[in-house]
Amino acid sequence: MNEKVINNPLEDEAIYICREVAGQFDKPVILFSGGKDSITLVRLAQKAFYPAKIPFPLLHIDTGHNFPETIEFRDQLVKELDLELHVHYVQDNIDAGNVQEESGKYASRNMLQTDSLLQAIEKHGFDACIGGARRDEEKARAKERVFSVRDDFGQWDEKNQRPEVFDMLNGRIDFGQNVRVFPISNWTELDVWSYIQQEKMEIPSIYFAHKRKVFERDGMIWSAHDEYVFREDDELVVEKIVRFRTVGDMSCTAAVESLAFDIDKVVEEIAASSISERGARIDDKRSEAAMEKRKQQGYF
Amino acid sequence: MVGNKNKVLKLSTAGSVDDGKSTLIGRILYDTHSLTDDKLEAIERSSKQKGYDYLDFSLATDGLVAEREQGITIDVAHIYFSTPNRSYIIADTPGHVEYTRNMVTGTSTSQVSIILIDARKGVIEQTKRHFFINNLLRTKEIVVAVNKMDLIDFNQEKYNAIVEDFKLLISGSDYQNQNITFIPVSALHGDNVVDKSENLAWFKGSTMMEHLENIRLEDIQEEAKARFQVQTVIRPKTEEFHDFRGYAGKLKGGELKVGDDVTVLPSGRKTQIKTISFFDQQYLSASKGSSITITLMDDVNVSRGDLIVKSAELPKESKTIMAKICWMDNKPLEAASTYFLQHGVKLVKSKVKSINHKISTDTTGATEKVSQLNMNDLGLVEIQLAQPIHFDAYDENKGNGAFILVDTKSNTTAGVGFIL
Repeated sequence: MNEKVINNPLEDEAIYICREVAGQFDKPVILFSGGKDSITLVRLAQKAFYPAKIPFPLLHIDTGHNFPETIEFRDQLVKELDLELHVHYVQDNIDAGNVQEESGKYASRNMLQTDSLLQAIEKHGFDACIGGARRDEEKARAKERVFSVRDDFGQWDEKNQRPEVFDMLNGRIDFGQNVRVFPISNWTELDVWSYIQQEKMEIPSIYFAHKRKVFERDGMIWSAHDEYVFREDDELVVEKIVRFRTVGDMSCTAAVESLAFDIDKVVEEIAASSISERGARIDDKRSEAAMEKRKQQGYF
Repeated sequence: MVGNKNKVLKLSTAGSVDDGKSTLIGRILYDTHSLTDDKLEAIERSSKQKGYDYLDFSLATDGLVAEREQGITIDVAHIYFSTPNRSYIIADTPGHVEYTRNMVTGTSTSQVSIILIDARKGVIEQTKRHFFINNLLRTKEIVVAVNKMDLIDFNQEKYNAIVEDFKLLISGSDYQNQNITFIPVSALHGDNVVDKSENLAWFKGSTMMEHLENIRLEDIQEEAKARFQVQTVIRPKTEEFHDFRGYAGKLKGGELKVGDDVTVLPSGRKTQIKTISFFDQQYLSASKGSSITITLMDDVNVSRGDLIVKSAELPKESKTIMAKICWMDNKPLEAASTYFLQHGVKLVKSKVKSINHKISTDTTGATEKVSQLNMNDLGLVEIQLAQPIHFDAYDENKGNGAFILVDTKSNTTAGVGFIL
């Protein structure tokens, strides 16, 4: 038998937070995108409640612009861990006329996810939504709490966040309110990758180097997937060996040229990297305050 | 992870808006190569836009639109960087008195505090307050960074005078085991932050980063009695784990071992630890900080909020407590008002019996009779609880000696208390 539990402070903290959610809320849910952060969350939840099953269902807001690889991955994971999965489609909202699709060169469905998320929360009565956001991702997230109270509209008022002293988490809410929970708030991008490496976790293949038909625009490399990604005629399609460092929708995620075919190489590459993870997300580049504005509107 | 698996050091920084605290952090990020290219670009762009002829590193840390325009830091910002040795997390908090509550919050999650002094001003009211708060929270390790040395010509006499002034504060404090290190720096120009400098050749100590890198966690973590508060009961009820009943939580204070004689509180039932596990592996012992699952030898009734301790090391039990409270709500604290008191994960109804006095945060120890505590005030308060809690004095066991008060109507975290 092993001598002593090895402390991994970041993992211990994340597990503590997942357990607090189970203790404080009636209907928590894990927001799952198929990206590395939400996959890590599921792994942590698995460890937190073992040998019982994860006591929360997963919720995926499907923009319709997902990389097919992440959908496959999601379904496989759900089957393996015997989890309940809810999927809400942004397309349904577009068809119903509730939201309007963006058009043009930089069109994406990123902003549209918010409405679907709020609807899903209302429909299922979720009182806590666990997500994989991290503070190091972006400035507006640097000040986010671990338990972030949102109002009926999912809105976040930066001036009214509850102090989080020591590790005491106060999730008390009124009917109609909602809490977003971020167990890996203190994890950096490298921490997440190292954990995936250490745990030998499966992740969608697009995170690893592969051949893909792409085109270049504004110094960034885009997937040539004409159905979702707008491409001008003069933006030529070429084949390159690339990987995706962050996985948002196909329509707003750029690839990087890379030879990192496996997890060890990916970790090495991240450790040496000099562009931040979200630098490749065009949805953030729109304005420096982009994330903050989206959070004020109820974005995850 | 990547060699830093168990090594995370949490720092808190405090300083007045003009002391260069944000610049210091930005400088650390820059000199440890933790600023990514695109962030650096953003800083260069912003600095140019504002008409600065230097890189304003403070722009790397301010995160909300409103405050960027005002040029001051509000709230608690978390900043991450790492060296080959370990990962660091900085909780950056404001320095002004109106944000005392933020500083208490940021310091509560940190292991090391960096107190910043502007070399031109020396020890000021703000310095005293920061020192006071670190005392209140019993921060073991403090680094006093005397910044803007370039503006006093890197003068050694002036620096020594500041150190002497600060030592007067230390001599009057009731926490004698603190490690306090003084370091002269210039955050703007980079002297002594990460790299040594010619300008400060007379200073024989380490640079700030050298010092931080050499801090060993085992030296600054308190040795206290083991306290295991149950967060959730794990009952799989599956074929394989039919009778399994595990208690999940984070162990605090000290170590627990399989076979230890323990007492479950509040019931008082005695039993032994049968198994300690982390995920699917069992262990002989667990040290403080681990999130584990334990099972007990006997079939005892245990629920969320219950405390499991070694039978020979019982905590105090009471329905009345005296505590120093830092008030954080807009709505003042008044005698006879009711709040939920959250002790770790356990919630009990409480009533403020009396507010003894307000405590000054200027290190003089001055007190004042008041009828209420306003936001950012510190006071000595007596609280009546609907049920007893099992606690230790904060000074003896940080993990079991603090609580928060939750407003019953707004649900906000209204204050934090340190039990005497």
